[in-house]
Amino acid sequence: MPCKFMHCCGVVNKRWITFQHLNFLKRMYVTQYNKDLSQQAKPKSDPVAPPFLEKKHLGQEKTVIREIRPVSPLHPPSSETLNRNEFKAVNSAAVVEDLATAVGAESKEEKQWKEMKLQLDDLPGILARLSKIKLTALVVSTASAGFAMAPVPFDLTCFLLTSIGTGLASCAANSINQFFEVPFDSNMNRTKNRPLVRGQISPLLAVSFAASCAVPGIALLTLGVNPLTGALGAFNIFLYTCCYTPMKRMSIINTWVGAVVGAIPPIMGWTAATGSLDAGALLLGGILYSWQFPHFNALSWGLREDYSRGGYCMMSVTHPAMCRRVALRHCLALIGLSTVAPILDVTTWNFPLISLPINLYISYLGFRFYRDADRSSSRKLFFCSLWHLPMLLLLMLTCKKSLLEKEDKSELFS
Amino acid sequence: MAEAAAAAVRAGRRVRHVCSGTRRCFSRAGGGAGLLAAERGREPESRASSFCPPAHSCNDWIGPPDSQSNLRPIVFHIPKNESPLGRRLREFRQETQVWNQQFWASQNVSFRKGKEEFIYSRLKAKGLEMKGETGQKVTLSAEEMADFYKDFLSKNFKKHMCYNREWYKRNFTITFLMGQVAFERAWRRLGWKKTKVGN
Repeated sequence: MPCKFMHCCGVVNKRWITFQHLNFLKRMYVTQYNKDLSQQAKPKSDPVAPPFLEKKHLGQEKTVIREIRPVSPLHPPSSETLNRNEFKAVNSAAVVEDLATAVGAESKEEKQWKEMKLQLDDLPGILARLSKIKLTALVVSTASAGFAMAPVPFDLTCFLLTSIGTGLASCAANSINQFFEVPFDSNMNRTKNRPLVRGQISPLLAVSFAASCAVPGIALLTLGVNPLTGALGAFNIFLYTCCYTPMKRMSIINTWVGAVVGAIPPIMGWTAATGSLDAGALLLGGILYSWQFPHFNALSWGLREDYSRGGYCMMSVTHPAMCRRVALRHCLALIGLSTVAPILDVTTWNFPLISLPINLYISYLGFRFYRDADRSSSRKLFFCSLWHLPMLLLLMLTCKKSLLEKEDKSELFS
Repeated sequence: MAEAAAAAVRAGRRVRHVCSGTRRCFSRAGGGAGLLAAERGREPESRASSFCPPAHSCNDWIGPPDSQSNLRPIVFHIPKNESPLGRRLREFRQETQVWNQQFWASQNVSFRKGKEEFIYSRLKAKGLEMKGETGQKVTLSAEEMADFYKDFLSKNFKKHMCYNREWYKRNFTITFLMGQVAFERAWRRLGWKKTKVGN
């Protein structure tokens, strides 16, 4: 409102400003009243904020000013009647404003109600969020790393089938997880904007989507790759949806189960390439398993209030000291596992050496988290874990034991 | 009407939204919540009861998160040719909504209360006031609050176990019923198409 008056800087006469003020309110009231009646109106801006900022409304005001000008000189009111008129105008303006605010508040709340109709244009975005597409991408990349690290010639078809199958399985698992957790997700800040919470998709559709991802995904892995990989994929979906998700609310053991869930994709990648569960597969799984602890424990440190209120059994809430101890322990385990890699012929001896700096760094942050136990050290550890894993896998790939060396060795022994 | 509305707003009460007769009937989950609210001695209107979806809409409507439970209320649409199965589904969803609302509202309220009491007792033990020199509310750090979080979680563990079991059962039932209703509707549509073709 005050800004409105600044725009009438050319107008000096109080009468004109009051009349204009009334007119403007009348316009605002009428617009809101119309919005109340019209059913599909989507107002662009908040009705309480003056719409005069839009050029066309300015134009309207200008025309109003022009209209007023010829009228006022014809009826020059005395000072007394002027005051009375002004008082009346201000009073009725106040009542109109109150009603406008009431109607505005109600229509604002009404605006927040959304029709639960599936919009086909929004469907890809909704399904992406339902399947936690970014997490799925990370899972597929760890599976690809497992495939690439396997000591066999690279088969592109098999690689693509594995990636697609793992991606579909991950989408299915994530959708079921969200399907189970609607009321809990509503109560946590991190998850309150998920599609099922917001009613953008029905539970039936979410389950159907999960089934339509799981079936082709597992079928692709079982028939297109090999049964072992398919079985691991199906087992992982089961572990995540039927063990980890309900366990989150029952016992802190859920974190260890979740770590196994994270470790299986690289194992799947390896078995897809080789067809068997070798020591190398277990090593890769072990690295992912250990990585989960600094990653998740650091994340959960900042969510303690939400976990407590929502009824989640997490180490960070129930056993804070253990939470930090386990995170540090597994940071150090990463150094150990990196050293085991050349022993199992997965990588050359360069790998433990060049991965030492990043492993030492994450261990240092783990130690800081263990000692300081505060929000800043937990955040540092969490963000470090986000780049540490891709970096470690990349270094592993560059240090992969070449096939030629291996073939020579096997010829020697045969 | 304008004066009454303005007066109501000034009194701080929510303006009751009067639905005209032309609007189609929508069922609200206000009944159960209203009873609970009466128990707690608050105003009986739930947010769901004050919203009226437009007449031409054939879908459910979902609202903003409730201030107490953080759950979004749904106003269910009653179709003209609702089957007994469809009615059963709608009523079960409504009942579940009320039950969920009750649980989470009481959970969040007790959490907030417990937190306030904990902060008060801790500050008192330290010899500090609730409000600092600047008049701002004094809060404890996350590390100091950790004892409260642990305590609250363990106290409510059994309650959560019962809720989890019930929630999983209800969620499965609702989804299964939704599947049955969708199948029934498709079957009916197929039946009508067949009679059209027959004619």
